[in-house]
Amino acid sequence: MKRISSLQELEKTRQEILGRIDPEKPYVTITSGTSARAYGSEKVIDTLRKELKKQGLTGKIDIRITGGQGFDEREPLVIVSPQDILYQQVKPTDIADIVSETLLGNKVIDRLLYKDAETGETVLHKTDIPFYKAQSPYIFGNNSKIDPTSLDDYIAIGGYSALAKVLREISPEEVVDIIKKSGLRGRGGGGFPTGRKWESCRNAPGKKHYVICNADEGDPGAYMDRGLLEGNPHSVIEGMMIGAYAIGSDEGYVYVRYEYPLASENVENAIEQLRQCGLLGKNILGTDFNFNIKVSRGGGAFICGESTALMASLEGKAGEPRAKHIHTVESGLWDQPTNLNNVETWANVPLIINKGVEWYTSIGTEGSKGTKIFSLVGKVKNTGLVEVPMGITIREVVYDIGGGISGNGKLKAIQTGGPSGGAIPASLIDMPIDYDRLSEAGSMMGSGGMIVMDDKTCMVDIAKYFMNFLKDESCGKCTTCREGTRRMYEVLNAITEGNGKDGDIELLEELSWIVAEGSLCALGQTAPNPVLSTIRYFRDEYEAHIKEKRCPAGVCKALITYSIDEENCTGCGVCKNVCPVDAITGKKKELHTIDPDTCIRCGACMAACNFDAVKVV
Amino acid sequence: MIKFTIDGVEVEAEEGQNVLQVALDNGFDIPHLCYHEALEPYGACRLCQVEITRGNRTRLTTSCNYPVFEGIKVQTRTDKVIRARKMVIELLLARSPNVPVIKELAEEYSVGTPRFSLDNDDCILCGLCERVCREVVGVEAITFLGRGSSRKVGPPLEINPQTCIACGACAYVCPTNCIKVEENENERTIVRWGRTLPMKKCKVCGRSFAPWFQLDYFGKITEGIPKDFWDKCPDCR
Repeated sequence: MKRISSLQELEKTRQEILGRIDPEKPYVTITSGTSARAYGSEKVIDTLRKELKKQGLTGKIDIRITGGQGFDEREPLVIVSPQDILYQQVKPTDIADIVSETLLGNKVIDRLLYKDAETGETVLHKTDIPFYKAQSPYIFGNNSKIDPTSLDDYIAIGGYSALAKVLREISPEEVVDIIKKSGLRGRGGGGFPTGRKWESCRNAPGKKHYVICNADEGDPGAYMDRGLLEGNPHSVIEGMMIGAYAIGSDEGYVYVRYEYPLASENVENAIEQLRQCGLLGKNILGTDFNFNIKVSRGGGAFICGESTALMASLEGKAGEPRAKHIHTVESGLWDQPTNLNNVETWANVPLIINKGVEWYTSIGTEGSKGTKIFSLVGKVKNTGLVEVPMGITIREVVYDIGGGISGNGKLKAIQTGGPSGGAIPASLIDMPIDYDRLSEAGSMMGSGGMIVMDDKTCMVDIAKYFMNFLKDESCGKCTTCREGTRRMYEVLNAITEGNGKDGDIELLEELSWIVAEGSLCALGQTAPNPVLSTIRYFRDEYEAHIKEKRCPAGVCKALITYSIDEENCTGCGVCKNVCPVDAITGKKKELHTIDPDTCIRCGACMAACNFDAVKVV
Repeated sequence: MIKFTIDGVEVEAEEGQNVLQVALDNGFDIPHLCYHEALEPYGACRLCQVEITRGNRTRLTTSCNYPVFEGIKVQTRTDKVIRARKMVIELLLARSPNVPVIKELAEEYSVGTPRFSLDNDDCILCGLCERVCREVVGVEAITFLGRGSSRKVGPPLEINPQTCIACGACAYVCPTNCIKVEENENERTIVRWGRTLPMKKCKVCGRSFAPWFQLDYFGKITEGIPKDFWDKCPDCR
């Protein structure tokens, strides 16, 4: 890689890269992030390369491999340009057709197009698919334009122009001011105003200032940060560099969770490229700004996403939080002023610098500016990563983007904020999503997990699930969090097993109080949220479990009985065949019955019955 | 000097001190199990919680790791504080129903039988042993293992702790007395860590008085003490 040693050279390099691009030349984009790889994207790419070679097309048609583009359940996506035809769920066996029919024959392959489940209409272009239509992909959208391993690609779309802009014409104090005025708040959890954090860190005395990118994303069902780091690592690094310049730091760390090998690889590769061309190191772009970044991989503990635990882990100690009476912006990593922001927060920074405060603050609500990436998962038709403006309603996200509830269930609740958040009931579906509204509703923005639950979800069981997660992932330091979450789990477990007692709800509330009030870090302080929010909105479900020994959603095994409906049963015997414990008896073409004592409530009979004859009471 | 109030009484402290130590020095009774004045405060047991007003914000917080600030208002016995302590005691009592110090606290705070299933763990994970071994002795023979509800203290990798000098400092600071030291004619054993070391005999009286390893280590880390000092038992020195 050629050295880029001045602001002019960066611009010249950009022009050179753009000059090399032939707008007429066809190219094929294939997604190959973690989700796509799980679906076999690497084989698809390999097959395409071989097929192009076979047809003598190598060099005549370019291949661009990108990170995830959000629509994870349809991966891998293959986009044929310049026509921009999107094929989804492509398999290696589809490649020959794509080459012969679309690339050579200019014909569209109907079977690979996205098909609207309701209207049955096929959609040709990505932006016309409902999943993408209602999004505002300012941050995540660039994933589709670049190969994350190519610095040239990032520079071509204007990469590092925000850095160049601040180095050229904006003083560090002014950069802090811009971020303050932008209203950007931390995307990792608490939503602290980013500009104020930067200012405190900048003003804190110390031998050295550090910046950290927190990529220890660990909420169940959330993977926004993985998507960004895998698909556009340079945007995160550029944000860190601008932050470092503003704060007066010359050293940064990216702390990536252990379970994200591709994200680590891509960010390490990006850093290496920047070092080689002089965009990291001393006198960056010919100015007196020096900066370097190291990547550190976590060891697999959820608690290391907490800032002080993360810093302890970076120092080589056990990942355990410490009291924050002295903030980390004053005394953080190695007791020096340290500014830590989440992956998505950093990725917002170049956008704000490039587009300006006025533009940025026009998006969102009064207290929450810009967009937010959510991972939309659970019982929703279209799952994946979605970027939406703050203030969008839950209804728009679940129905317009998510396409509604999968199967034939009804929307019951949405869990936002992962294990620190809470369940928001379907009755609040028109609530705008922003930091403050979510907190008021007893949940939180968190890092952006959004789990959609239908009426076959038991809310007591959900609370138990999160409490099980938290009791295992608590570091175990504070008595309140360690013992409290464990006891909350025990109480919830007893309720779901039919051993709930009068007063259990109140006991859970008392335990919630001490865990939240008495614990040192945010993990403990927010741990009761899944329990408190489900009690707040679904108290009747708790009461049904405790008083009537009944699970209304039909989930808790100890409280349900499977039976066969006389009218619907045709006596086909399918249920009998699938039952793993031989609990079902009945003659061919006669009513079958389930022995409740033998039945293990696995639900296999219900899933297998074609006549809706198996019921849960 | 930093001036602030505890339960309305004005107290003075030096910068860098923590609220708990100042309160104890001034005769205020705040229960605590994971704090020792010779060690870095840790904030694990959560018993020393008090309400502290700083600026216009009042919060429940542990006093052991709260640094003193000018003008703060500390309250050690509000309803909220007592409620929090009682809950912490109940949680500790359910974990360690047979530990005397916990039983005494439960009695003092009128905490009856816990509303949870009872365990029988004699360690409350206060971490004093781990800190004294690392901060004072300096051998780091034991550490925290695991996390969440499976957290415990033990030698790294749970194998015989090679750096343990069997000095017994961990047993000395343990508030629940769960670390036992056994000695016979020739050996000392720290039962909990499974460490047995041969002891040196006093040059004067012939009595076994401390492990060889411990005396060697002390000889290495101390300066200006005559070598034969470590050959004699404390009584004969």
